[in-house]
Amino acid sequence: MKVFCVGLSHHTAKVETRERFGRTLETERLLRENGCAEALVLDTCNRVEVYAVAERELSTGEVARCVARKLDHDVTDDAATFYRYEDAECAQHLFRVASGLDSMVVGETEVLGQAKKAYEAARACGAAGPYLHRLFQRAFRVAKQVRTNTDITRGAVSVGSVAAELAGKIFGDLSKCKVLLLGTGEAGERTARALVSRGVRTLRVSNRSAERAQELASAVRATAVPFEEWMDHCRNIDILITSISTEKPLLTRDNFEPVIAQRRLTPLFIIDIAVPRNVDPAVNILEGIYLYDLDALHSVARQALEMRRQHVTAAEEIIAEHVTAFSQMLFRGLQREPSRDLHPPVGETPSVSGAV
Amino acid sequence: MIRSLLVDRYLLVVSTLSFLTAVVRTGMSLRARVFPRGRFNFFAIAIGFVFQTAFLWVRGHELGRCPLTNLFEVFAFLAWSVALVYMLIGPAYRLSLMGAFTAPLVVVLQGFALLAPIDFRHTRKLSPNPWLEFHASMSLIAYGVFALAGIAGVMYLVQERQLKTRQLHSIFYHLPPLTDLYAAITRLLWWGLALYTLGLASGFFIGQPLPRIQIFCAMAIWLLYAAIINGRHLSWFAPRRVAALCICGFAAAMTLLWGITFSAQLH
Repeated sequence: MKVFCVGLSHHTAKVETRERFGRTLETERLLRENGCAEALVLDTCNRVEVYAVAERELSTGEVARCVARKLDHDVTDDAATFYRYEDAECAQHLFRVASGLDSMVVGETEVLGQAKKAYEAARACGAAGPYLHRLFQRAFRVAKQVRTNTDITRGAVSVGSVAAELAGKIFGDLSKCKVLLLGTGEAGERTARALVSRGVRTLRVSNRSAERAQELASAVRATAVPFEEWMDHCRNIDILITSISTEKPLLTRDNFEPVIAQRRLTPLFIIDIAVPRNVDPAVNILEGIYLYDLDALHSVARQALEMRRQHVTAAEEIIAEHVTAFSQMLFRGLQREPSRDLHPPVGETPSVSGAV
Repeated sequence: MIRSLLVDRYLLVVSTLSFLTAVVRTGMSLRARVFPRGRFNFFAIAIGFVFQTAFLWVRGHELGRCPLTNLFEVFAFLAWSVALVYMLIGPAYRLSLMGAFTAPLVVVLQGFALLAPIDFRHTRKLSPNPWLEFHASMSLIAYGVFALAGIAGVMYLVQERQLKTRQLHSIFYHLPPLTDLYAAITRLLWWGLALYTLGLASGFFIGQPLPRIQIFCAMAIWLLYAAIINGRHLSWFAPRRVAALCICGFAAAMTLLWGITFSAQLH
């Protein structure tokens, strides 16, 4: 028996190639017909991978044909973009994928959820047997260990999530925070939504166009505030998001100091995502003010990404330990060939007695 | 007696090594920029605390009273108070990384106590005085609380600085939110002041005259912390200033404690 992985990802193929492959209703049947005893397709926006167990050597081209979205698609040219890993290398690749090391954004955790779903789907239809069960259960364990013992998933890497994370670091529980969104631009709205998803309940929207403010307020369950009053609201808010189109800064040290004096030194987090900026950088000097413009948010995202990359070596070490352990287990498993009851061809469910 | 003396010092050495383990581990984490989750520091401090307690028990048993008869014992008791307060409030307030900041302080206190020639034995046996022992021990536990307030202050300033300069290091992601730290500082200040007031008040019942300088120093520390709390609640001081004052307050309190203990030894 051979455990192998054949697939393509953002590392090897462009999106126009990737979009020609994926899991279809026919995929499992085709893999079974080609002799796969166990098979699982991991299909995400960045990768299409087949993890399989087979008696005979399946060529990469054969597997590629099974995952082609169109049955009549000639895969000869695309087959070069497919990679192939076997046994220990296959385990190492899956562990890296599940841990987010192979992802476009290093350390992202979405792929782990997708791998779990793919495994559940394969298990439900009887396509995953004892080999893939062991392989994927270990992959999930490895991913958890990597997340626990390294900082590979720490730090937000997109503007909206950086803003939400920083707000969390300043205020802790965001459910009590009051947020004012100044402007109705898309970036501002996305940031406000990121904060709402982190627990913010009190959101106010203000815009030069009252109509647009009202529209957005209804969409995000916020309260519309007249534009002339936005400065007054700064006295009792915790987070201010600004994305107004303006030539001169709306908020300067001079016009903001009287407001600060009335805030009784409570912290205010200002997210200025407008270009040109709405807030004078000198405002950041004021006590209790944390001002982040677009560049600062990008810089934090870059730092987080860099920090994640620094933890790749530690993560690889954890993975290497598990690959060794898994290889030994696999070798022992191959010596004690699983019975047919435990290890039925794709599409058949393992027998109850065998499973026990 | 000499044998017992050696045994209790060994207990304190083992305790210091245990705290040192936590410090080294934190240092390695800082260097590698990885802060593994888990309770290593908490357990290292807990083991250190057990040995500290054993030291105080052995020494107290030998003296027949609370072991606060010289500067060495005062430092050991203070280190014990710091560890005790950390173990009580660390998990309760969910202040992650507080152990990483607490362990170095304890190592400094105990390291100094062990290395400096301050373990002078009294030639005559001191008679037990429950009020005096209550007064001294309560005051030192209050110092332990003030120490933790200072540590929370350091954590606040580290995080605040990183937020202001937008240079976020790995440690930033492991520190508790600013608001939570500030709430912890406030509670610690109140607890510290309450315990210190209790210790101070009990000083009037010890049945022997105290040197004026001691009373003056103790009152100065009380007034200092009362002013910090007052300033915090009336919003005279920004949170950053309160955090900085907690550090300065503890440094001043330590200096005065030295003075008080030194003058008491002369007395």
